[in-house]
Amino acid sequence: MRRIGIDVGGTNTDAVLIEDDRVIAGVKSPTSEDVTSGVLRSLQDLIASLDDGPAHIDAAMIGTTHFTNAVVQRRDLKPVAAVRIGLPASASLPPFVDWPDDLAEVVNGGVYMIEGGHEYDGRPLVEFDAEAMRSAAREIAVSGVTSVGIASIFSPLTAECEEAAEAIVREECPGVDITLSHNLGRIGLLERENATLLNACIIDLARKTTRAFTDALRQSGIDAPLYMTQNDGTVMKADFAEEFPIYSFASGPTNSMRGAAFLTGLEDAIVVDVGGTTTDVGVLQAGFPRQANNVVEIGGVRTLFRMPDLLSVGLGGGSLIEANGSSIGPLSVGHRITTEALVFGGNTLTATDVAVAAGLVALGDGDAVNSLDPVLLDTAGDRIKAIVEEAVDRMKVDANPVPLIAVGGGAFLVPPDLPGVSEVIQVEHRGVANAVGAAIAQVSGEVDQVFSDIGRVAAIEAATEMAKQRTVQAGAEPETLIVVEVEDLPLAYVPGDALRVRVRVVGDTAAT
Amino acid sequence: MVDAREIQPEELTPLSTGAWILGAGGGGSPYYSYLNVREQYKTGKRINLIDPKTLGDNDLVAVVSSMGAPLVGQERLRDHDFAAKPVRMMEEYLGRKFDAVMALEIGGANALQPLMVATVTGLPIVDADAMGRAFPEAQMTSFAIGDLQMFPLCLADIRDNETIVARAASWKWMERISRKICTEVGSTAATCKAPRSGKEVKDWGILYTTTRAIDLGRVVEDARVSHEDPIKAALDHEGGVLLFKGKITDIDRRATEGFLRGSATIDGLDEDTGSEFRLEFQNEFAIGLRDGVPAATVPELICVMDTLSGEAIGTETLRYGQRVSIIALPADPILTSERGLQNVGPRAFGYDMEFESLFGAGETR
Repeated sequence: MRRIGIDVGGTNTDAVLIEDDRVIAGVKSPTSEDVTSGVLRSLQDLIASLDDGPAHIDAAMIGTTHFTNAVVQRRDLKPVAAVRIGLPASASLPPFVDWPDDLAEVVNGGVYMIEGGHEYDGRPLVEFDAEAMRSAAREIAVSGVTSVGIASIFSPLTAECEEAAEAIVREECPGVDITLSHNLGRIGLLERENATLLNACIIDLARKTTRAFTDALRQSGIDAPLYMTQNDGTVMKADFAEEFPIYSFASGPTNSMRGAAFLTGLEDAIVVDVGGTTTDVGVLQAGFPRQANNVVEIGGVRTLFRMPDLLSVGLGGGSLIEANGSSIGPLSVGHRITTEALVFGGNTLTATDVAVAAGLVALGDGDAVNSLDPVLLDTAGDRIKAIVEEAVDRMKVDANPVPLIAVGGGAFLVPPDLPGVSEVIQVEHRGVANAVGAAIAQVSGEVDQVFSDIGRVAAIEAATEMAKQRTVQAGAEPETLIVVEVEDLPLAYVPGDALRVRVRVVGDTAAT
Repeated sequence: MVDAREIQPEELTPLSTGAWILGAGGGGSPYYSYLNVREQYKTGKRINLIDPKTLGDNDLVAVVSSMGAPLVGQERLRDHDFAAKPVRMMEEYLGRKFDAVMALEIGGANALQPLMVATVTGLPIVDADAMGRAFPEAQMTSFAIGDLQMFPLCLADIRDNETIVARAASWKWMERISRKICTEVGSTAATCKAPRSGKEVKDWGILYTTTRAIDLGRVVEDARVSHEDPIKAALDHEGGVLLFKGKITDIDRRATEGFLRGSATIDGLDEDTGSEFRLEFQNEFAIGLRDGVPAATVPELICVMDTLSGEAIGTETLRYGQRVSIIALPADPILTSERGLQNVGPRAFGYDMEFESLFGAGETR
């Protein structure tokens, strides 16, 4: 069983090869503007480091922050026509109502409010106004907008209106991308609609990116199915990822935490991921990232997605150091570290220079930092320790000491002794933990269905059994299945104690 | 002379945060109501908040709420124009204009219902409500405890269905009839309850609760920003009691007769490690049991908050794995009076137990 894991970050593209439970090789190279060439170079470097070349690869898994970054930086986004079905209800809070102005300006490609939608029990709210939908679709065709997001009231219970609208849009606007809200979320119109519109605005970028990944894989001579990693640490087939890029929004941090668990064999620990500009602190519980309780905002937009609970602080390998060492970051030289840091022949004093001078890591030209003032080094070292210490303390739920796993390209910055930490663990391949996390990502299966007349316990049992079957069908090893999510929602006033049950099961990928 | 002040735009989020905590698990998240008011403020609308003690005895006050299941409110979102509809119906029915508008319940989304109405009608809002928290039924108000008249009631549906309940034999009948109508129109409706005179509000309203919610929300938000413990900030400010800290391990919800009933189990963390807490809810958290022993009951407020952010968690947003702090806050003396307990004590919710205050007899804020 051999799998390749790739993490395409903002700064670096990492690639690893994993055979069963062992990391065979790991490489790191700069992310390229065009994505393909960076991934290709990583794969070539990886293959070059192997004795037997690209033979016998069972699967390739890619995790990327590309889509998140696109939204956060408001680039490569397509305008979206937002179709809301539900008038006369919810009229005063139209699509985009709580979006940051600058993002709405880029993404809002027209708002169309149509009569229709459903009640909580499946009755129509009012009759779906197909005629109004048709004239809206014609306006969309004229506007030239090529991506449409459709959300209807109570569509998670019945998708009838969204599907009827989709058919009309397909007729009037051939070739446009359509995202339907019931595929993306649960009860909560505004949040589900937000996810739909976000998905719709990156769907074009996702298609190009996924195809670039496929091309890079093929060009490097690897003949294996391509998967994309999702927020919850599982993978989806690349063609599905093209349609639903929003599912991979938080896969970066998830991968690095899952990778940390894999590399150390620890199930419960604090994970500190030090990149070039920031450090993310998260908590592993039973081998999975602790999830944030709060409503999760993506690029300032409220959604109901479950995301890892992370604390980001402005400390990274490229962080700028004040002349006397008292202040570090949040400004960073970022990916220019390989030319601007003192140890790489540049003129800027960075956190990496301090670490090299202090003997924490051997990188570049050590002589370049020999003359640094020892007082400065002490001050800067104390400051780095204080930043990490405070972040770790804020993420801990109790005072008991816990192990800490340091990962990421700047993992060497984490001091060996920290209060409240039983042990700081630095392992081989820590720098590419996120690619490792991608490589070990599991397969998942989900059931979301209404059950009647059998009671809560039996309904959950039935749904779990179905979800397990689906997970095995998706390629999981049957003995590795774990139920990761169970949610049940009673539907009031529907005869027979109707209950909507959602169950999600994950398992390890089986060898192909 | 009415004493009034303008509600500032920056008070809207603290009001929402505070009201959500005072909902004691019910009332639904104020987020959508907040958005409505914020959007109205963006167009230049402003609202005046008046001191209830300066109301004239004969002033006419509209008591407003949105009725229904919070779950439905997450899809059929609140709308300021729709909120004002039953108030206009009532004015037409009475043949008299209102002088002010007030909240039925300060807990949850309904805290902002009068603000939504005010941005449409221009009426000032009264710094008071009739619960000091959230409760599910009409007879659970301070006005019902005061035995005031319970009719007429105006109820509006989004589809041009308008209903007036002209008379009802009792508060419980008013609850049964209006609940039936609400259910029929999709379990959400905008209502204008029996109008109140200025004197009735002064005698039987729970006063200064809008300000209470704003102040509570502000201390929690400030603590969050300065990385202090928001739970402690809320407890210190309100004189509350920390009941339990833990992680939610099971939730069982049943929707019956328009209510979300059920229970949640929380496993202890930190000092509560090894103990188990059980919350029973009927829209709001009704009782809390620590290792099987009652730890708090209605009408005192049992509030569940996210341990890290201090954000309130409602009965419909409880989720497996959440880290929560469960706190109790004092209830208004009207609710804990003998007559009050008949309407809102543990027995009113079907629990065969006595109410025992966590805050001592005659506790007032």
